[in-house]
Amino acid sequence: MTVARILVPPTAKRGELVELRIAIQHPMETGFRMDNNGKVIPKNTVHTLLCRYNGSEVFRAEMGSGIAANPYLQFYIIAQDSGNIEFSWVDDRGEKGAASSPITVTA
Amino acid sequence: MMRRFQLLLLTLASISAFAAQPFRPDPLKSGLEFSGAEVRALYQDDFSSPAMLWTTRGEKLWNEPAGTSQKSCASCHQDARTRMKGVSAKYPKVDRGTAQLTNIEGRVNQCRTQNQQAEPLRYDSDELLALTAYVGLQSRGQAVNVTIDAQNRRNFERGRDMFFTRMGQMNLACTHCHDRNFGRKLLNDTVSQGHSNPYPAYRLEWQTMGSLHRRLRACFFGVRAEMPASGSQDLLDLELFLAWRAQGLKVETPGVRK
Ligand code: HEC
Ligand code: HEC
Repeated sequence: MTVARILVPPTAKRGELVELRIAIQHPMETGFRMDNNGKVIPKNTVHTLLCRYNGSEVFRAEMGSGIAANPYLQFYIIAQDSGNIEFSWVDDRGEKGAASSPITVTA
Repeated sequence: MMRRFQLLLLTLASISAFAAQPFRPDPLKSGLEFSGAEVRALYQDDFSSPAMLWTTRGEKLWNEPAGTSQKSCASCHQDARTRMKGVSAKYPKVDRGTAQLTNIEGRVNQCRTQNQQAEPLRYDSDELLALTAYVGLQSRGQAVNVTIDAQNRRNFERGRDMFFTRMGQMNLACTHCHDRNFGRKLLNDTVSQGHSNPYPAYRLEWQTMGSLHRRLRACFFGVRAEMPASGSQDLLDLELFLAWRAQGLKVETPGVRK
């Protein structure tokens, strides 16, 4: 089960700078750690995170072993039209996650 | 002569009354007050607190059917936000059914096995941490409030004795660090009063959430003593003493620590 929390303001004014936040529960295994029996724990990080605003990509992050567990990101977009803000991500094991939230934009 | 003897008795009586009440730091301070500004900021903003990922998961699990009963926690307890309010602040407590001292982890697993007919969850598994953090969240801001009575006095005394007994290769007791040296530096840590009120908590060093017992094991390890197992009677008794000692401090679950 992937758990994520996103924060998208429900409303905004056109042209306004909008803060978006996302936190994903993920171990971000570096590939450098060993388990109790000395076996290397394979690298497994969320390598790509995407944010789409009404279908078009507005933000992309490429992450790796330098990012701490449970990555938390905060970034800004400019409000244009009402619609949906969708986040999606995928890790090295191919496990995917997604979360979305609507936004209403007024003139 | 007689009067002097009475005076002596009186003094002895007051000394033993004092001894019956173990030492507690005064004023009590949560570990949060000894944490750095970054850790406090992380805790105080619910969104950026990584611990909240576990409560989010706990809320989902609360509503998911499990075991052969196909009942969810919500089937019996309904809305956790009202029905679990203040519950974890009173733990650990003696369970009415088993007459054993039980902590919130044990109580949740009792409901898993007896009420859901499901497998118990492993101590410090993400699922158990999620459920206990979610139940604990419903007591956040309430004062830790356990009662010591005839039923749990033995447990309390065992926990108290452990707290004041030297152990490990370093030959230190809990009290040496957490009663006598709080506020001082140990390597790059500021020693706190060693309270249980933020657990389960997210520890940056662990890069994940952990139970109180995991934290306590780290202290046993730190003084090079044998570590009791998570969920063991030793740690349960110690947990009761810690709750008594933290009485009045506010529950911070789910906490954040360095
Ligand atoms: C079939 C019904 C049932 C289900 C399902 C169930 N419980 Fe319980 N639960 C009970 C009963 C009965 C008690 C005992 C109440 C008492 O002794 O006051 C209890 C007690 C508790 C308590 C302690 C309450 C207190 O005041 O001390 C907690 C915490 C708890 N349950 C959590 C859970 C969780 C978490 C789940 C899901 C994993 C769950 N329960 C599933 C019936 C259920
Ligand atoms: C050598 C010193 C030392 C000893 C002895 C020691 N601890 Fe700790 N303990 C620490 C340090 C350092 C920390 C991490 C910083 C802090 O919160 O105090 C800690 C943390 C804790 C915490 C978490 C506090 C919080 O707010 O997160 C608890 C609870 C605790 N200890 C209990 C105990 C108990 C019970 C014992 C005895 C079994 C014990 N400690 C023995 C040094 C010690």
